[in-house]
Amino acid sequence: MKILKLPKDKLDYFASVVQSFGEVHAPVEQDGKFAFKRLARWSEARLDYDRTILPPKKYFLPPRETLFQFKPGAGYIPFAGDMEKKIVLFGVHACDVYALNILDMVFGGKYPDPYYLERRKNIAIIGVECVPDAQCFCRSMRADFVDHGFDLFFHDIGGYYLTMVGTALGDDMVLATRPLFEDVGAGDIDEYKRRSGEKRKKFQIEVEIRDLPEIFEMEYASAIWNELGEKCLSCGSCSAVCPTCYCFDVADDVQLGTRAGGRTRTWDSCLFATHALVAGGENFRKSRSSRVKFRFYHKQRGFVAEYGRPSCVGCGRCISACPVKIDVIKVLDTLREMQHVVSH
Amino acid sequence: MLSATEAAPEVLARANPYQPHMAKIVRIQRLVENHELFTIRFLEDEMVRTFRHLPGQFVMLSIPGVGEAPISISSSSTRPEVLELCVRKTGRVTNALFRLRPNELVGVRGPYGNGFPVREIAGHDLLIAAGGLGMAPLRSLLWYALDNREKFGELILMYGSRTPADMLFGEELVSLVDRADLKCLLTVDSDPTGVWNNRIGVLPKLFDYVKLEPARTYAAVCGPPVVYRYVLERLLDLGFSKDRILMSLERRMKCGVGKCGHCSVGYKYTCMQGPIFNYWDAINLPEMI
Ligand SMILES: Cc1cc2nc3c(=O)[nH]c(=O)nc-3n(C[C@H](O)[C@H](O)[C@H](O)COP(=O)(O)OP(=O)(O)OC[C@H]3O[C@@H](n4cnc5c(N)ncnc54)[C@H](O)[C@@H]3O)c2cc1C
Ligand code: SF4
Ligand code: SF4
Ligand code: FES
Repeated sequence: MKILKLPKDKLDYFASVVQSFGEVHAPVEQDGKFAFKRLARWSEARLDYDRTILPPKKYFLPPRETLFQFKPGAGYIPFAGDMEKKIVLFGVHACDVYALNILDMVFGGKYPDPYYLERRKNIAIIGVECVPDAQCFCRSMRADFVDHGFDLFFHDIGGYYLTMVGTALGDDMVLATRPLFEDVGAGDIDEYKRRSGEKRKKFQIEVEIRDLPEIFEMEYASAIWNELGEKCLSCGSCSAVCPTCYCFDVADDVQLGTRAGGRTRTWDSCLFATHALVAGGENFRKSRSSRVKFRFYHKQRGFVAEYGRPSCVGCGRCISACPVKIDVIKVLDTLREMQHVVSH
Repeated sequence: MLSATEAAPEVLARANPYQPHMAKIVRIQRLVENHELFTIRFLEDEMVRTFRHLPGQFVMLSIPGVGEAPISISSSSTRPEVLELCVRKTGRVTNALFRLRPNELVGVRGPYGNGFPVREIAGHDLLIAAGGLGMAPLRSLLWYALDNREKFGELILMYGSRTPADMLFGEELVSLVDRADLKCLLTVDSDPTGVWNNRIGVLPKLFDYVKLEPARTYAAVCGPPVVYRYVLERLLDLGFSKDRILMSLERRMKCGVGKCGHCSVGYKYTCMQGPIFNYWDAINLPEMI
């Protein structure tokens, strides 16, 4: 990969040039929390943020999106909305880039989803390195470093950002501001490695994921699922904030007094009671415990079978979002302890 | 309103898995209470020419302004040009469909799902066992096998319903009874009409009239839970391997193409790895049946 470095005091200038590649969005502070937003001015950007309330998936899979419009006689006409808009997402963390790479697998595949993929093409990503806090376990989930899925990625090496150039578009951004970037020397790489080692020591949580499939297989009937089911409110917050939850619902809406309207898709959650309901009223996951269990199984076990890794990237968002403090780390730890009891 | 969409990128028009293609209802036949057979034909010639499906696959059927629902294709690709959909009136989309008349339009996309593994079945005997409304998803397999008769060994249909009036495709199936290349066994629990001249008795009794060779036979089963219970029991008693018993599963579906998450069961998406599963998969995936 092409690697350069950008003096930190040139970041503002770089950001002003990057505007010519699209509308710049970055994390801004709102009531002590952070959200990705269109910047009114660069000084609003808070690249030192911990995590945003909603992950960047809202740009690629909007919470509500019109897929088609229909009119009597004309059938369903694809609706593009703002999917062609050029945006530069500035300040995306590694786990969130990793999550997009996971969504790429879901929305690619045998039936590529052009709505998601067009946005992925039109929205540039500039990643920045972060500092783990008490809820981060991306390293355990192998999502603390990304080697693709971004255009540029900035790593802090003191007076400079070590800059990984991920795509031709990223390279264009560099070339547009060419005099700003400098070549890296052995000393810079050494500094990167030293800081990377330091960062790894800062993780306060370690989750061993190696034998998750085995553990989940053995604990399917565990009492823990009933306990979690008793607590869970089926509010769906954990899915909304999760960078790799992608379930959606589809519905047709008619404009009042006409036969024209639109087909929209909206975020959905497997925690909602109707998620697995079919005609005739049969519901394959009627109890809350079965739905909580399903979410954990799909993320930590089912995805492994399908795509070779858990879909959880360890961003920690669902931990703070859950009103009843269902904590993915504690759940995984408890399951592992149970497994030890069995295996001794 | 249309101006916004004229600018739609070409990719949305060219490769959009969610795009319903409009099709005209050319015929509506009432089958039994709340079940009608809709014969539809795509408006675009290109779709008529290229749409081919395997038995057991399904389409997503749209009624503009109402929504979409997954429906199995009841006809066989060996008889192209039109699609036949046997639909039960149950909720929003299906009620709206039942209000439509011939020449009105619906949206259709597909075909989706794995379908029956016809290549794998080829060269073997095939038993199709249906109870009640379970005949709907098996009818395409029956016609596929009849139209490719040389590819299969013995072909056996066992179908049971409560009364002759409850029999889906009753007339059509009765007309197959005399065929030499199909063992067509039809039964009803009781016959209030007095004119039924096939068998009377419950479906599993039909096993008494055929000699099955489990080692070279595939069984496709569909019906209400009691049918599964008794038919599966008989098949296993006879020595059928669990992966030679095939069934079609229904799950909620919002996309049909492995994206929306609704149809997932255990680690599989019913719309992609299903809806046809073998019995071994069925009992080994959590929450499967
Ligand atoms: C692979 C596959 C193949 C199928 N093939 C066929 C076929 O060949 N023929 C056929 O007739 N059907 C078939 N079905 C079933 C068919 O898809 C459903 O009957 C259909 O989706 C019903 O759609 P609807 O809009 O009419 O009903 P809906 O409006 O979705 O309602 C159906 C029923 O579901 C319940 N329900 C749904 N949503 C809610 C909610 N939000 N709250 C409470 N209750 C709710 C209610 O009991 C309601 O009566 C198939 C299904 C699958 C998955
Ligand atoms: S499950 Fe929780 S920790 Fe894992 S990626 Fe989703 S929100 Fe983040
Ligand atoms: S956020 Fe917590 S309470 Fe809400 S659905 Fe998720 S697990 Fe249940
Ligand atoms: S129906 Fe949407 S994933 Fe299967």
